[in-house]
Amino acid sequence: MGFGPFLLLAVMEGLVSAAVLALTAVGLSLVFGVMRVVNVAHGAFFMLGALVAWFVAGHVAGPPVWGWLAALVVAPLVVGALAALVDISVLKRLNYEPEAVIVATIGVLYILEQAALMSFGPDARPVAAPFTLRLQLPWFGYSGYKLFVVVAACAVLAGVWLLMARTRFGLLMRATQVDRNTARAFGINVDRVYAGTFALGAALAAVAAVLVVPISQVHYLMGADPLLLAFITVIIGGLGSLRGTLVAALVIGLSDGVISMFWSPTLSKIIATLLVALVLVFRPQGLFGAKA
Amino acid sequence: MLRLEGVSAGYGAVTVLRGLSFAAEAGEVTCIMGRNGVGKTTLMRAIMGQIAVSGSVRLGGEELAGLPAHEVPRRGIALVPQGRRLFGPLTVAENLEIGLMTRGKGAVTRDRVLDLFPRLRERLTQVSSTLSGGEQQMLAIARALCLEPKVLLLDEPTEGLQPSMIAAIRQVVLGLKTTGVAVVLVEQRVSAVLDMADRVAFMDHGTVAETVARADLAPGAAQFATWVGV
Repeated sequence: MGFGPFLLLAVMEGLVSAAVLALTAVGLSLVFGVMRVVNVAHGAFFMLGALVAWFVAGHVAGPPVWGWLAALVVAPLVVGALAALVDISVLKRLNYEPEAVIVATIGVLYILEQAALMSFGPDARPVAAPFTLRLQLPWFGYSGYKLFVVVAACAVLAGVWLLMARTRFGLLMRATQVDRNTARAFGINVDRVYAGTFALGAALAAVAAVLVVPISQVHYLMGADPLLLAFITVIIGGLGSLRGTLVAALVIGLSDGVISMFWSPTLSKIIATLLVALVLVFRPQGLFGAKA
Repeated sequence: MLRLEGVSAGYGAVTVLRGLSFAAEAGEVTCIMGRNGVGKTTLMRAIMGQIAVSGSVRLGGEELAGLPAHEVPRRGIALVPQGRRLFGPLTVAENLEIGLMTRGKGAVTRDRVLDLFPRLRERLTQVSSTLSGGEQQMLAIARALCLEPKVLLLDEPTEGLQPSMIAAIRQVVLGLKTTGVAVVLVEQRVSAVLDMADRVAFMDHGTVAETVARADLAPGAAQFATWVGV
């Protein structure tokens, strides 16, 4: 296979990575933007979404698409509900103090990972793809499901944009993001907005996980890489900036695809981390973040 | 309408309001005056439930002390905070929408408010942080009026505004009086607001030291020198 087709394959792989990363990172960015909370448990919510997807898909009879569709509905609901519970029972009681919240979410991360290990064991578990369409190009064949992941992620991201820009809850989130005290002075129940935002962020991670499990596998430690990459994406894009998060996810996803294909996945992680260091030194607010 | 009795409040270990009592009546403008640091803004925050208080804050007989902060505006008290505190990245229309949705008000209320501030009607899609200072103050008041409040609290509304804008705000406040709204005005600039007031409450050391009917206050009355320092 020549350089051109090889590059095309790398770009297609990169787009898949970027799509999943964008979904995961937008959830993290939303939570930080609205609540000023650094959610270290975000990767664990991703893992939990994948685990619920595996569980649900395994319990729905019929062709794989039924199980996968059920998982796409159930996993975000379960993970979102758990996240709301964590917000109400833990983060709110800590008054969202930044240091305390980081420690608390590290605790949530370990609890969820160990609960998954104790309940389902250390083995990686597959989830069948909802369909097995293969796209045959002149140079290589490519998974139709992977392309579907890109389209589905774009659709979900468009939905998030619509939610933020066109709905009452989005307006409440944006007002709370600007000034939570003034939001309260205008009757906004900030506690409810926070719980909803935390749930939404975790649900987006779960959706990303449901999309990715048919091309990956479910494992109790699978949240570590998405968490690291999501943090890198959010820092490069600008903390709390959804536009920046999307641009950074595209850059990191594509570079991950290309570098992994031509050199090695480890080199891609090294470069992404180096990029974060450079951004922190030369533009601490990120590419699209506002100066503090 | 609004009655505070024995209200104490502060920030952590620092007590700012010390057993303060105060009343604002429907259809009246009550002006709160005092030197910097006597607790005027803290009083506004205490009424709005933004800080914990001991004592009683009653609106038309209903006790508000202890309610969550977001419940207070739903009962009919609106605040125009010092420094405006607009939702800067949101448009003018969205800022108004925040006020409208709180008490379930709709297009009729919005139109009525925009009739008071026609300039805002021309800027509904403009991001509010890009408005001029005077327009921002108009929006801050308009946003509060979207709640159709029974009590309107204005904290330093003339701060940094040119005379024509102050005159416009005066017209709005005088109009509110006629509709039965109780207006509570915190202001340092005596000349800017005195002619609007029905009563003036002078604050000192976290209490209302003296309340005087406006009719009994001459421009150079001793109270201004004693409590405001002008």
